[in-house]
Order: sequence, then structure tokens, then C-alpha cells
Amino acid sequence: METFRTYDPEDYYDELIDDTGKPRPGVQLLVDKIESLPEGDLAMRQREAEALLLKMGITFNVYGRDEGTEKIFPFDIIPRIVSGSDWQQIENGLKQRIFALNEFLQDIYNGKKILKDKIIPEDLILSSRTYRKECEGFTPPRGIWCHVTGTDLVRGRNGEFYVLEDNLRCPSGVSYVLENRQVLKRTFPQVFEASHVRPVDDYPTKLLDMLEYLAPDHVQSPTIGVLTPGIYNSAYFEHSFLSQQMGIELVEGRDLVVSDGFVHMLTTKGLKRVDVLYRRIDDDFIDPDVFRPDSMLGVKGLIEVYKAGRIAMANAPGTGIADDKVIYAFVPEIIKYYTGEDPILASVPTYICGNDKDRSYVLEHLDELVVKAANESGGYGMLVGPHSTRAEQAEFAKKIVAEPRNYMAQPTISLSRVPTIVGDRIEGRHVDLRPYVLYGEEIYVQPGGLTRVALTKGSLVVNSSQGGGSKDTWVL
Amino acid sequence: MLSRVANSIYWMCRYIERAENVARFISVNLNLLLDMPSEKGKHWEPLVLTTGDQELFEKKYQNYTKEAVIEFLAFDRSYPNSIISSLAGARENGRSIREIISSEMWEHLNNFYLELTDVKSQTMALEDPHRFFKIIQMRSHLFTGLLDSTMSHGEAWNFARIGMMLERADKTSRILDVKYFMLLPHPDLVNSPIDNIQWTSVLKSASAFEMYRKEHHRITPHKVASFLIFDSQFPRSIRHCISKADICLHRIAGSPEGSASNLAEKKLGRLKADLEYTDIDEVVKSGMHEYLDDLQSRINQIDEVIGTTFFNLRPLIDVSTNDQQQSTTTNN
Repeated sequence: METFRTYDPEDYYDELIDDTGKPRPGVQLLVDKIESLPEGDLAMRQREAEALLLKMGITFNVYGRDEGTEKIFPFDIIPRIVSGSDWQQIENGLKQRIFALNEFLQDIYNGKKILKDKIIPEDLILSSRTYRKECEGFTPPRGIWCHVTGTDLVRGRNGEFYVLEDNLRCPSGVSYVLENRQVLKRTFPQVFEASHVRPVDDYPTKLLDMLEYLAPDHVQSPTIGVLTPGIYNSAYFEHSFLSQQMGIELVEGRDLVVSDGFVHMLTTKGLKRVDVLYRRIDDDFIDPDVFRPDSMLGVKGLIEVYKAGRIAMANAPGTGIADDKVIYAFVPEIIKYYTGEDPILASVPTYICGNDKDRSYVLEHLDELVVKAANESGGYGMLVGPHSTRAEQAEFAKKIVAEPRNYMAQPTISLSRVPTIVGDRIEGRHVDLRPYVLYGEEIYVQPGGLTRVALTKGSLVVNSSQGGGSKDTWVL
Repeated sequence: MLSRVANSIYWMCRYIERAENVARFISVNLNLLLDMPSEKGKHWEPLVLTTGDQELFEKKYQNYTKEAVIEFLAFDRSYPNSIISSLAGARENGRSIREIISSEMWEHLNNFYLELTDVKSQTMALEDPHRFFKIIQMRSHLFTGLLDSTMSHGEAWNFARIGMMLERADKTSRILDVKYFMLLPHPDLVNSPIDNIQWTSVLKSASAFEMYRKEHHRITPHKVASFLIFDSQFPRSIRHCISKADICLHRIAGSPEGSASNLAEKKLGRLKADLEYTDIDEVVKSGMHEYLDDLQSRINQIDEVIGTTFFNLRPLIDVSTNDQQQSTTTNN
């Protein structure tokens, strides 16, 4: 087994090992433990962890394959460790960012001051596919739009964190954070205990508190449900896990019906009113009366009840406008506009293809840039310039010219790496970090979040749908 | 609770019970063969006959060999009542209600299914079938134990028990039906060693041999049939299953036993009463097959009525329910 002694961080920022090959603060214990394991023991622990995940049925479904194809989300047992001071900056930065994005959402659907003040070009908002005209003039319960956010962060070569994107619609992955932690507690109990890792298990309680906070005032003990598209959805495990952990109903669209102005569940004893939904279905499918009429997943008439204030929903329909990848370029201005402060977390420089000057730069530098479609997720609709062929670049150029509004580009960031088990060796692999933020009575940032790792050597794509895996994240 | 959830838990348990019963049939047959080596080769066909799915079998397989029958009954995914299809159904239902059942139940069910899909299982089923089918039965028992000891005995649990009891009653009636039909045409064999062995095997199919012996000692077709249909205490007798299902059904609606607040309770209560006030002589007089056939169709009706009372508040949309009903055993 290759150990840390021969591990080479190469020319990257390594999360565990510094430039001189020494463990970073707080990492020594872990390194010592791994070094002291007998030959083959680490690989064995890795296999045991994987077997445990499969046995527990902690899987995700893969789109585009046979129905019911389940895979475990690959999990690497070497954790990523984040220092307390790094975390403080992340936490403050995220609170500031989510607060501002929520103000932005409220403004954009009510008054549009930020457009009138010409901070953001109006047509950029109104032309976005995720802008919901239906939400204009509406204020959700307690004035909160984005209750659950998963913001993707990366760390560059210089060690600085950047926000890569915000996910305000139905961010997934938090169940893996909780389950990975369970598995890792069994894998490295002593190190874990001695390292004073901040707990993540509070999340379901905080989520439940937040959902209860949204319930209409007159409701004493609200009925709350997680609204899932069903067992073939890639994140079904998470939907079921969260509802189980919170002890609330897991409902599908077909379990719900609007009657007498309220949303009800179909139960064995008749109809039962629902007060709050944590919806994990995209806007498009949530109500065939308002959005896509062909949707079989949603609930007919749900939006009408919602607008009448008889049911609360997290996240609010319409939040997608704030995580449009083109709007992303304006988030620093958004933060300044609504808080008067400078952003605590940096954004990656962004070229908007809808802008003529930016577009010609992007078209000339396709081999250096990462190009993303504005409303795709899961690593789809993306060109990683340095890893692409001429033909792929030409094809992307065509797409950009045909539909410039839908594309943005960023310089390739040399993502930081974390030592990862590869066969019987430890090698550096690129990672990102997705912390989860809850916006209820106050803003809560779960300490840690999901570290996703690109398991393919040299790859920068960490999405689970594209062969990425995950690691436990320890905040000290 | 949600109608969909109640439906899923009911079916999860029916499917587990179904898988266990297929394993039982095969197990007993294997034992029988060891006692009657001369019968080898003739004894696999009746097994498929018991299921009522000969047509499906013959479409796909040439002869009733041990390999073909085991493949068909245990591993054939295109056969909806095979062990693997039943377990896949149980797991799919279980997966859709993980938040309702205990994680012990889910992990056990998941593991049960995953190990069965492993190639090693097929090899073991052919090379060491006794052990293999015993394992299937024990896992089903373990599941039932987990159901009883890790899950609150509330509404969901009651639906689970009803599913399990109705499936078990149906299967016991089928074992008896086919065996009775097969064994009766040979009156000259009555009380011969072969006949004894055969009736013993009928009892063993229902794990009833030892309990029967304690009750009746001597094995006669009459008494075996009576025990499997009417015994009030044996947990796999039809009467016992129906009576337990009735108790669970009343707990769901909260109505006192002996009364009926909905159609499901009426139908089930009536069947329960009939089983209490009928005896084996009447059955033999009216014809065993006719009696069992009627019993099965009444169990099917109860299943349907439970569906319309609790599960299908919006029948047009609830596609999954229809799917599951299609794959119940259809016999005769």
C-alpha cells in the first residue's frame, strides 16, 4: 500500500497535505492512523464501507438506464478536513449570500427595484426559462423563498474558496452527508473521537423546525410532507430518508388532491389536510394547471392554494431565477445592492454569452474555458475546454451562437485535491464542496456539507451522474 | 395513513409470503424425492401444477426437469410468481415506504433480494437445493419476526398482517386442492406407505406435520384436510389466517369484532363465520375441489374490497395497484 510518505500533492492545492508534504493542522491524527494500518487494511475498510452502503440501500438511480437501476454513490473513506477558520469564512459568506439572494427573489417578483436601478439588465431576467411570471406580486409565507440551498464551492490553487454555483431549486445530497458520517464513524472511530469533528446530525431537526415555521399561523400542529416524484427519481433515497428522519409523510403527486380550497392527502380514512410541503419536484412539474400541463407528478390546483396562503412550500416556486447560471455573474452586485457589503466569498469570473464582447472572447478561447448551459444541472450541457476535442468545441460554438442567452463561460479553475484510495494506492483527486443552508427563523449552515470527488484521474467533473463519488467532510 | 402506503405495505407482505410458499413447495418436493427414488422425474410436474401456471411454464420450457422447474419457480423474472419476482415486488413496495417500515426490515429485505440476484444463488439452488430453499424460508420468517418486533403495531402493521394472512390462506388452500386432486384418484393406495408419505408431505408443505401429529396422531386424508382448513390454533390453517386477518381489519377501522362498519369487514367476517360453522364432512360431501375453489374466489373478493375500501380512493390514477393485482396467482 502506498502511504502518505510517498504521496505527492503535485502542483495543486491539497486539502490534507501542505506543499512541504506535511499534514495540515488537524490532519496529523488521521495520517498517523492510516500509516499505522497493517498492509491491505485500508483497502479492506474501504470495501466494507461500500458493502455497508449497498446493504443499507443507500443508492441513487441513474437516468437514461433501465428503470430501477440503482447504484451506490461511490464513497471514499479518507475524509476531507476543513479547519475551523476556513469554515468560519464559508459560513459567514453563505449566510450573507443566501440572505441577499432571498432579498433579490422578493424584489424581482415584487417591484423589480434592482432592474429599475439598472444593476441587472431587465431582459436577462425576463428571458430566463426559470423566471416565473406566475409568481409576480406574490410574497411567500414569512417572506422566504429559498429555504434550502446547496451552494457549490471550490478551492483554487492559491487556497481561496470560490462559489461555483448556487442550487436553490431542489438541491440534493444532504442525505449522503448524514449517511457518510454514520459509515465513517464506524470506519475510523478513534480518530473521529479525538479530532473533535463538528456534528452534522442536527440537520433533520433544523429542517423540520424550518418547515414548521412556515405553517400558517392558525395551524396548531401542522401536517408536513416531502413531495417526491417517486421511486424512479435519482434522489428518491434522499426524499425517503429525510421524511423518515423527520417523521413526516412522504407523498407523491398522486397522493394529493385539492378540494375545498385546501390540499389534502388521500388516506385510508379519507382526506387529510396538508399544511406544508417540502417539494422535491421541479417547478415545471408541480402543477399541471399552471406549469407543464402534461405533468403526471404534480398536483392539479396546488399553486392556487399556495397563492391563497393555505399551504406553504419549500422551496418556493420561482427560486430558479436566482440560480440561473447567467444571473450568477451578477451575484456580487446583488450582494452589494441588498446588504451594502462586499461579498465574503468570491465568485469565479464569468463571461456571459448574451453579451457581444464576452461572447466573442468565449468563442475564441473555447479550449481554455468551461462553458455551461444556464439551466442544466448534474454536469449536463457542459464543455470542459482543456479536455475537449476540436469537434466538440466547434459543436459548442454553434450552440452558443444559436442561443447566446443560454450560455456562460468561466476560466478553468484548478480544483483542489484530496488524497483518495485508488486500487491499493492513495492518489490526489479533485473535489468540490456543497454545504447546505436552511433559511427559516434564522439562517443555518450545516457544518461540513458534501465533498464530491472526481474519481477519474485528472477529471474535474464531480457530479454523481458523471461518475463522481463523495467523501465525509470534517469541520474541526 | 396514505392509501398508497397502506397498499404498498399490504403487497410487500403478500409478496414475501408468496416467495416463502414457493420455497416451501420446492423444499417438500425435494424431501419426497429422497423417499421415493423410483418416482424421480415424475415429481416435478405436480409442483408446477400446484401453482396453476403450467401454461406459462410450457411456453418456455421443454420438460419438467428439476433444473427447469427450479429455474422457473425460483429465478424466472418473466414469471410473475417466481421467488425472485415476488421478492422484487416486495422490495419495490418496501422501497417506496422505507420511511414507514423499520430500517431493520428494509435492510433485511434489501439484502434478501440482493443476495438472491447474485449468480452464486443459482448455483447453490441447483447444487444444494435443500439448504437453499430452507434459507429462503428462514429469511421470510426473519422478516415476519422483524415486522412483529421492530414496528409499532398500528395501522401500517395491521395492513401488513392482513396481506400476509390472506396470502397464506390462499396458498394453504392451493396446496390442499392440488394434492387432494392428485392423491384421490388412487383409492387402492389408501393407507399404503406411499399414501402416508404423500399426505405427510402435504402437511410438511404447511409446516404442519408435527402439530398435526400432536393433535390427531394417525394420518388420514380427511383429518389432514380438516386440520389445514379448520384447525383453530394452527397458524397456517385457513381458518386461523382468516380469523387473524379479521382482527387486524377491525383494528384499522376501530370497530368491535363481530360488527361490520365497511364492506371489507362484512365479506371477511362472513368468511370467518363460515369457517367456524362448517366441518370437513360437509366439505367432502359437497366436493373438496369445489369448496376450495369457492374459498379462493372469496379470498380474492376480500382482496378487491380491501382495495376499494382503503387503497383506491382515486382508482383511475392508481396504476400501481392494478399492476399488482394482475400478478396475483390466477388458478382454475
